[in-house]
Amino acid sequence: MIELVSESRCIACNLCVSACPVNVFDAVPDSPPVIARQDDCQTCFMCELYCPVDALYVSPDADRVGIADESLLADAGTLGGYRRAVGWTKGSESQRSTDQSFRVLNKY
Amino acid sequence: MGSIDSNFASVADHLGTREHVADVLVIGGGPAGTWAAVRAASLGARVVLADKGFCGTSGAAAPSGNGVWYIPPDPALREEAMAGREQLGGWLADREWMRRVLDQTWDNMLQLDEWGYPFPRDEGGTPRRGSLQGPEYMRLMRSRVKRAGVRILDHSPALELLVDDKGAVAGASGISRQAGERWLVRAGAVVIATGGCAFLSRALGCNVLTGDGLLMGAEVGAELTSMEFSNAYGIAPAFSSVTKTAFYRYARFLREDGSVIEGASGHSRSKIARALLQGPVYAVLDQAAPDLHDALRLAQPNFFLPFDRAGIDPFTQRFAVTLRLEGTVRGTGGLRITDKTCATSVPGLYAAGDAATRELICGGFTGGGSHNAAWAMSSGAWAGAGAADYARQLGSNHVARHVHRAGSTAVRDTGGQVLDPSAVASAVQAEVFPYERNYFRHAERLQDSLGRLDALWHAQRHSRGADNTRVIRAREAAAMTATARWMYRSALARTETRGMHKREEHPGLDPKQHHLITAGGLDEIWTSTRPATTPQPEALTKEAA
Repeated sequence: MIELVSESRCIACNLCVSACPVNVFDAVPDSPPVIARQDDCQTCFMCELYCPVDALYVSPDADRVGIADESLLADAGTLGGYRRAVGWTKGSESQRSTDQSFRVLNKY
Repeated sequence: MGSIDSNFASVADHLGTREHVADVLVIGGGPAGTWAAVRAASLGARVVLADKGFCGTSGAAAPSGNGVWYIPPDPALREEAMAGREQLGGWLADREWMRRVLDQTWDNMLQLDEWGYPFPRDEGGTPRRGSLQGPEYMRLMRSRVKRAGVRILDHSPALELLVDDKGAVAGASGISRQAGERWLVRAGAVVIATGGCAFLSRALGCNVLTGDGLLMGAEVGAELTSMEFSNAYGIAPAFSSVTKTAFYRYARFLREDGSVIEGASGHSRSKIARALLQGPVYAVLDQAAPDLHDALRLAQPNFFLPFDRAGIDPFTQRFAVTLRLEGTVRGTGGLRITDKTCATSVPGLYAAGDAATRELICGGFTGGGSHNAAWAMSSGAWAGAGAADYARQLGSNHVARHVHRAGSTAVRDTGGQVLDPSAVASAVQAEVFPYERNYFRHAERLQDSLGRLDALWHAQRHSRGADNTRVIRAREAAAMTATARWMYRSALARTETRGMHKREEHPGLDPKQHHLITAGGLDEIWTSTRPATTPQPEALTKEAA
């Protein structure tokens, strides 16, 4: 579930407020959005992909709420890690076309 | 549908409603809805697309790696692809529809390539188009929808359909949840592309999929079909939402003591379900050769995300697994399609994607993975075209039609009781999550569950929503209740084991039940049968005689 909106990284663009398909965030004027309905989070990780500054962290635990340690996550390269894996950051674009499903899942 | 239910309310009962006019209203912005919107707009229709969440991230496809039933137009390859699942599906699919879907999917994948989807290329430089990464795919579809001039209403769950004096569907209304206002779209035709129903199980991307479109359809008299094929469960790490099952082909499944559960696999989940009824079940993907690991990671980055974050190496370390219900999302039940334009049994109402039945190409076996993806893009395109054509025939005067609201429950302040939607949802989950009720079915337990589900429906029937948030939740809970009842009534009506539907007291396939089960109704649920179009092998029929 969503655990972190990094105050230091967030630029209050509110893209996550729009992009979250289950409406977990609330926008706050001139401030980072707040996690208003954490229990509604479906752990789909889409908000992380739409965050342009890697300010969000979704824990892999779908049913339990934990507390994220921002500095640990930043040091481990976890913040933004999924965005890089799918090629949605500057510098990782080549990842967009590296889908290897045709080797391991389907023939075509 | 005949005359209008006198309970249908006037449209003028909400002040502060933002009104739109469209030729085609598409409800749902996943693959099916976006293909429908793009196609309808390309035919000159004015299109509004309303998504419960955000068109581009909503639904089961967006967060997932999606295999696509994409087969080159070589007759032998196509034949092999069509024959491949016929037996699994219990000989209930339809060859002509399979051919159409394979053709349309081929065209749509080429279209995606032209639109700039970054398909990978092999060593020979050939593009490989059998897979779509959900985030990339749906971001592209959103941009194509916008480019087509479609008006997108994000975070705008539809609550109920509008019908004209003759019972034809004429739009919908709902709530714009971030703006805190109501919306209403007067439309010539409506495409329901709201996905299936996974009962808020937190399966990946599925919590927006609560059967809303099935309920809205049934409220105007649309029929459902194959609702007994609704007991799909996805394998996931016990802590995780990621119900992507493809890589469990490389897994061994173990009990607590380390002993192997023989016969358990990604394809044979009933062994896993049985074992989970006894105690914890673990998996380890140690059947994947090390030189495959990198390719697997590149094929489905989302699959590895939970493991990496939990500090588990799934190739060498065992992890507890569970089965999360994916209901009709990976099942094949949904709104019945009556012709090649993906029309439903109600004029002006079209259905596409997982909200529609997938029986046409999958019969009674899961459409999960590649078939559903192919169906979504094909049925979406057809429904969009069908709806645009229907609206054009109505002419622009359709806006002048006198319309009524068709919602049956929890949509108006009628003075009824306010129920706690989450309590209702939990009560439905208690009937549909347990493997011993839904995976392994038995008449006694189906009846037992139906008794409580019927009571739950009737308790909601005259309830009201109180405020916008509650209304949305209450409608979801009502849709889940209704879906569970169509599922279990249909399951009772099929006294055999066929496709994914398993009856413990009827463990074999009964050749005399080579038919499809139609269902409908709200307060009283009915079922009936229709003959299947694909013949069963003669051996089966002879055996029975």
